[in-house]
Amino acid sequence: MTESAPAAEDWSPSPHQLVRAGARRRLDRRRRLMSTVVTLVVLGAVVAGVLVSPGWPRVRDYFLSWHQARGSFHSITVGFWVNIRIFLIAEPSVLILGAAVAVVRQSKTPWLAPLRLLAVVYADLLRGVPSLLVLAVVAVGVPALQLEGVPSSPFWLATVALVLCYTAYVSEVLRAGILAIHPTQRASADALGLSSGQTLFHVVLPQAVRRVVPPLMNDLVSLQKDTSLVSTVGVWDAMNAANDWQSYQFNGTSLVVASLYFLVIAVPLTRLTDWLLMRQIRREQGAL
Amino acid sequence: MALLEVTNLRKAYGDKVVLRDVDLAVDQHDVVCLIGSSGSGKSTLLRCLNLLEAVDDGVIEFDGREISDPLVDARGIRREIGMVFQAYNLFPHLTVLANCTLAQVRVHGVPKAEARDRAMELLTRFGLADKADVHPDALSGGQQQRAALVRALCTRPRLLLLDEITAALDPELVGEVLEIVRAEAEAGMTMVLATHEMAFAREVATTVCFLEDGRILERGTPEQLFTAPREERTRQFLGRVLG
Repeated sequence: MTESAPAAEDWSPSPHQLVRAGARRRLDRRRRLMSTVVTLVVLGAVVAGVLVSPGWPRVRDYFLSWHQARGSFHSITVGFWVNIRIFLIAEPSVLILGAAVAVVRQSKTPWLAPLRLLAVVYADLLRGVPSLLVLAVVAVGVPALQLEGVPSSPFWLATVALVLCYTAYVSEVLRAGILAIHPTQRASADALGLSSGQTLFHVVLPQAVRRVVPPLMNDLVSLQKDTSLVSTVGVWDAMNAANDWQSYQFNGTSLVVASLYFLVIAVPLTRLTDWLLMRQIRREQGAL
Repeated sequence: MALLEVTNLRKAYGDKVVLRDVDLAVDQHDVVCLIGSSGSGKSTLLRCLNLLEAVDDGVIEFDGREISDPLVDARGIRREIGMVFQAYNLFPHLTVLANCTLAQVRVHGVPKAEARDRAMELLTRFGLADKADVHPDALSGGQQQRAALVRALCTRPRLLLLDEITAALDPELVGEVLEIVRAEAEAGMTMVLATHEMAFAREVATTVCFLEDGRILERGTPEQLFTAPREERTRQFLGRVLG
């Protein structure tokens, strides 16, 4: 140890290493140049292909009119606030309920047997039926029952329907994550004396969630977009506002405006989770 | 000419220098044992030899050709070098047999039936014939490590790198793994191995290198190094591990 201290300072790369570092830099530069060129060529070809197409002027006037965009902006903004509210309520609900269903499905306790059966039937049924139909059934069927105390506003009914649909997907994603955790993890948690509930919450679920972040994001972004389905049961959201504008003005720019709204919240969210995931992986694999 | 020749090798992770001024020549049929405490650089040296780590300075030559050059095709070099890891690193989704035929078929273009025969022959020789269709997680540590050795040997490497392959095993399972290494050494396989098994190193090595703090502090035949070490640090280390 004594003679090792100055080593870091008095080392200077050999000529051979300098040549090699140069070669690495050149390789690196070539790679970067290649990817830039390929990207520009492909993007350029796509853009040029669209711009030279014979129908482009009509498409541009129909979908990309600045005047129409400005005109529809306000009503779509008001509508999109409804989408955001639905989404903010539905997303946490879906995650919590999905986790609950997943946990019930993989539990082994005998007194949960009926719930387990129910969870299987629920997941199979709601993943099998198109969301549009679930929405219609819930939004029309539930008020028709004329039950006391059950909300009858389309907003709440539509939100509940979406939660029902997406909980089924998310529960399966989480269950797959739980099943992928190696049994030795449970064994070491058991060995530390953790209860099965503690094992689940402190050991199994955190690892399971981390593994399924990409498919989970698929479902959450998909849920974000599917909040536009509520327009079919009379909720005045961004989709409805855009449709309305389009049919009055005979111009589709409002649809593009609504699309941009959905993109604006979806893209940063997916980038953020991607970044978090990569950071987590780097940390766990001890990369330097 | 040496099969493998390392000159002035240096490797650092950030500010932490893990290997410095390492010179090592390995002739055909040599068995070079790297000993030294944890963190002395044994594993990193092996990983550099297999191009799993890019070196920061120095030259590694394999068969007279510099392989530490960034322009060299790393896969072409690794075809010729086998490596076995401390944690076995078998592919858990494949059976033992499939683990052993994967590289033969995909990398070396060996016909499937031939690859199978080769793998079964080695598995049989090392007492794993009945485990060919089992997945690795169902095996004991010793069996897994033997399977990993078979996987590395299947492609007939010209150099075998073994990274503390018995360090994760029960003492009673160590023997069955070292048996294979001993047999390979006797058959003339060229090997570089990092090990904590001093008795084994003494028995099979042609050269023993004592690493400390990233450099090869002392090297020699097993007799020299184990019975009459020159360096005080080597004596201290041997005193600790041999009790």
